[in-house]
Amino acid sequence: MATYIAIIITAIFVNNIVFAQFLGICPFIGVSKRIDSALGMGAAVTFVMAVATCVTTLLWQLVLVPLGLEYVQTIVYILVIAILVQMLEIVIRKVSPALYAALGVFLPLITTNCAVLGVALIVTQKDYPLLMSVVYAIATAAGFTMALVLFAGIRTRLDITERVPAPMRGVPVALIVAGLLAMAFMGFAGMKV
Amino acid sequence: MQALKIIYNGLVKQNPTFVLILGMCPTLGTTSSALTGMSMGLATLFVLVLSNAAISALAPVVPDKVRIPAYIIVIASFVTVLQMVMQAWLPALYAALGIFIPLIVVNCILLGRAESFASRNGVWASLCDGLGIGLGFTLALTAVGAVRELLGTGAVFGLPLYPGEYGSLLFVLAPGAFIVLGLLIALFNRLTGKA
Repeated sequence: MATYIAIIITAIFVNNIVFAQFLGICPFIGVSKRIDSALGMGAAVTFVMAVATCVTTLLWQLVLVPLGLEYVQTIVYILVIAILVQMLEIVIRKVSPALYAALGVFLPLITTNCAVLGVALIVTQKDYPLLMSVVYAIATAAGFTMALVLFAGIRTRLDITERVPAPMRGVPVALIVAGLLAMAFMGFAGMKV
Repeated sequence: MQALKIIYNGLVKQNPTFVLILGMCPTLGTTSSALTGMSMGLATLFVLVLSNAAISALAPVVPDKVRIPAYIIVIASFVTVLQMVMQAWLPALYAALGIFIPLIVVNCILLGRAESFASRNGVWASLCDGLGIGLGFTLALTAVGAVRELLGTGAVFGLPLYPGEYGSLLFVLAPGAFIVLGLLIALFNRLTGKA
């Protein structure tokens, strides 16, 4: 149990996927302009990350390793993620039109979200068992959502101000704010869990 | 002449990092020194040139509906080739770049070029486009890496320019990546008069 708590806290705060591992930066910069869309993106990523990590871990343990096919890992994983996203889109559209309206626009973007493939690869690298992999994926996605929502809150304020010099507007100033946030997250680095 | 124009376009006018703002993850994650930044850029260049050429050759026979998965498989295959080559001949570099090598698959620059350039142009032009964009990416990553290494450790490419103890470790760590990239994009905007 203690290991699981340690994994969760590390994945959310100490090793935050955006601020410490530099994964999922594109949606972080692109989608985090409003808090509600940040939450929607976070929910969609959490869902896909948990399912994708589950499937890829099973495939790795039950198919790729026994057959000695470790070298096709990258191709198999990205295919799994692409197919999953596509399937999820179809299923959600049929089952829950409300959820589809909320998450639909974010789903196609997730295939090329490096955080999803990144987590699947990290989990394989660390050789986590299935349950631990899924817990790690959900915790990482929670950290991602938190980063996105925090950043969206700051950016809505940033858009109002007119004091930003012209060449710095938009992405440059957003990146510098992200740097300051990353500095704040470094405070967790000394935490012993 | 045409080839030079396409390469210049990728290097400056449509620089993937500073103008298109694509491929942010490796730009931030692998640029703690100029050398690792440049290596990452060259690794991406390798995949981009090959995938662009292959995709432009395949584009006429790939049905429109499955073109995105087809492109992803082509890119993933070349990334796997790169992984094997690096594991065999450059194991230290492969370990240093770590997860960012397999993650070239999801670098939006590659799929972006496949969709917007390689699928509509000939093999030779796509090859040049891959070279130009790849060089632009390499240049950007080297620049970010060089600035971070200089401010953080007082050296560039391991060549000391001022005593290391005056360097600020912050720039080698995560926050420095965001701040340096933000300032460099602002500088590029200023110099090209975009803002």
